[in-house]
Amino acid sequence: MANIMVQRGSKTAYVFYLPKRDLEDDIVSMEFDTPEKWGGEIKLNNGGSYYIEPQPAPAKLPISLRAKRLDAAE
Amino acid sequence: MSALTREETEALIQEVLEVYPEKAKKDRAKHLAVNDQSIEQSKKCITSNRKSLPGVMTIRGCAYAGSKGVVWGPIKDMIHISHGPVGCGQYSRAGRRNYYVGTTGVNTFGTMNFTSDFQEKDIVFGGDKKLAKLIGEIEQLFPLNKGISVQSECPIGLIGDDIEAVSKKAAAEFNKPVVPVRCEGFRGVSQSLGHHIANDAIRDWVLPRREGKAFEGTPYDVAVIGDYNIGGDAWSSRILLEEMGLRVVAQWSGDGTIAEMEKTPYVKVNLIHCYRSMNYIARHMEEKYSIPWMEYNFFGPTKVAESLRAIAALFDDKIKEGAERVIAKYQPLMQAVIDKYKPRLEGKRVMLYVGGLRPRHVIGAYEDLGMEVVGTGYEFGHNDDYDRTIKDMGNATLIYDDVTGFEFEEFVKRVKPDLVGSGIKEKFIFQKMGVPFRQMHSWDYSGPYHGYDGFAIFARDMDMTLNNPCWSKITAPWLKQAEPEAAKKAA
Repeated sequence: MANIMVQRGSKTAYVFYLPKRDLEDDIVSMEFDTPEKWGGEIKLNNGGSYYIEPQPAPAKLPISLRAKRLDAAE
Repeated sequence: MSALTREETEALIQEVLEVYPEKAKKDRAKHLAVNDQSIEQSKKCITSNRKSLPGVMTIRGCAYAGSKGVVWGPIKDMIHISHGPVGCGQYSRAGRRNYYVGTTGVNTFGTMNFTSDFQEKDIVFGGDKKLAKLIGEIEQLFPLNKGISVQSECPIGLIGDDIEAVSKKAAAEFNKPVVPVRCEGFRGVSQSLGHHIANDAIRDWVLPRREGKAFEGTPYDVAVIGDYNIGGDAWSSRILLEEMGLRVVAQWSGDGTIAEMEKTPYVKVNLIHCYRSMNYIARHMEEKYSIPWMEYNFFGPTKVAESLRAIAALFDDKIKEGAERVIAKYQPLMQAVIDKYKPRLEGKRVMLYVGGLRPRHVIGAYEDLGMEVVGTGYEFGHNDDYDRTIKDMGNATLIYDDVTGFEFEEFVKRVKPDLVGSGIKEKFIFQKMGVPFRQMHSWDYSGPYHGYDGFAIFARDMDMTLNNPCWSKITAPWLKQAEPEAAKKAA
């Protein structure tokens, strides 16, 4: 599990930030993106993917979350 | 000498790596790269923020240097205790020239050194009692201090002292903020982690102090973050922002006070100059207080104008007009500076190796003078710094991360830049090699370099160094005469 931050982006809807690795990247796809259910598997521009426990959409961004690494691009 | 091609630069890197043993060679190869502007992500070409190799000359500092020297140190009305042996504080005291206004020793303490001066018995029996006593003494001798921070040196973490408990007790006793900072030097690979630890300490111990209290705000409140007022940098930046109609509530942390920092959560926008050392707190404030932040660059008139417009774009028309007014006001002055110095500096090539924001931020200022940056590198940059640098640097230029003393010398010998900008440890090596050099950590005891006023000084300093008559006197007279004779014999 890693502490991550999800924020609004200019090119895509969301930007992913992993402070430990200084990794800042666009989120190209998010499994669930509705007000009731938000999160799930997210894919990054660099090819990596993470999993956020599905939850109601956050009231404001950026938000710090715990995420599971599924596949980190290296 | 003309610029190197991509192949030549790659060959140069290979040649320099030749001297290392196999394992070290493999490791160092990842830190040296030829710039390719088409690359989106820097980690494809360069590795950064890794442990330096044992045995090489690195120029990096430690976590304590990052916290006490960079982030906390310039906060002028607090007393920063270098908790541990005496040397760490004494040898770094006042070296960074973070200017401030105030009476030193009465209400400001920037250039003073406070230390608990650990002795053997403190290591054996613990130094908590000494720290408590020290804080009491400080309160008695310097009653006008607005707070105390305890900057841990290596032994504190090694012997496991509980500085948090001491700090909490003292804070309650004196009704002042006493901030324990766990910035022991052995943490992390460079000063970069010290910046992060210091940011976290500010987040936990300073920002919440005024939550919910009244604050008379305006729609034009901003905070200048990551400007350490080296030689007066923050002042020459601040006047531009104020001239365009903004209200600068806080300066982090050059010439800054703890009260300003506590008020920062009320500003409308955080303006970040040094991204590397203060982005953590900006991201935190964005999440917790919904304050947007943006990076700006106040080196050289082109970048200043660009940044002023970008900052103004976040506000209403009044500020946008203000920005245009400021740019128009300084434009003729800057043109005069460029007219004077550009003919003397045009076409000169520069190699940089510094830390923080400068390896990419000053490129614009050099370009305004018609100079070209042919190599750049960070002491302690991370991936995101290199992401930003790739776009600013020309194609096929050298990029080096945590460069070693040997590599840097070899690069300079081969690339033959007209000017090298780096730190004091490199200064005399290169000057003895006959290469003009500027110490770019604290502007070679000059400055400010930020803003419009700073650019005039920057241009003068570069000219003063590059066109100094001493460089033609490097070869001894008898050696100079020997050359033509040898040539005659050969002919």
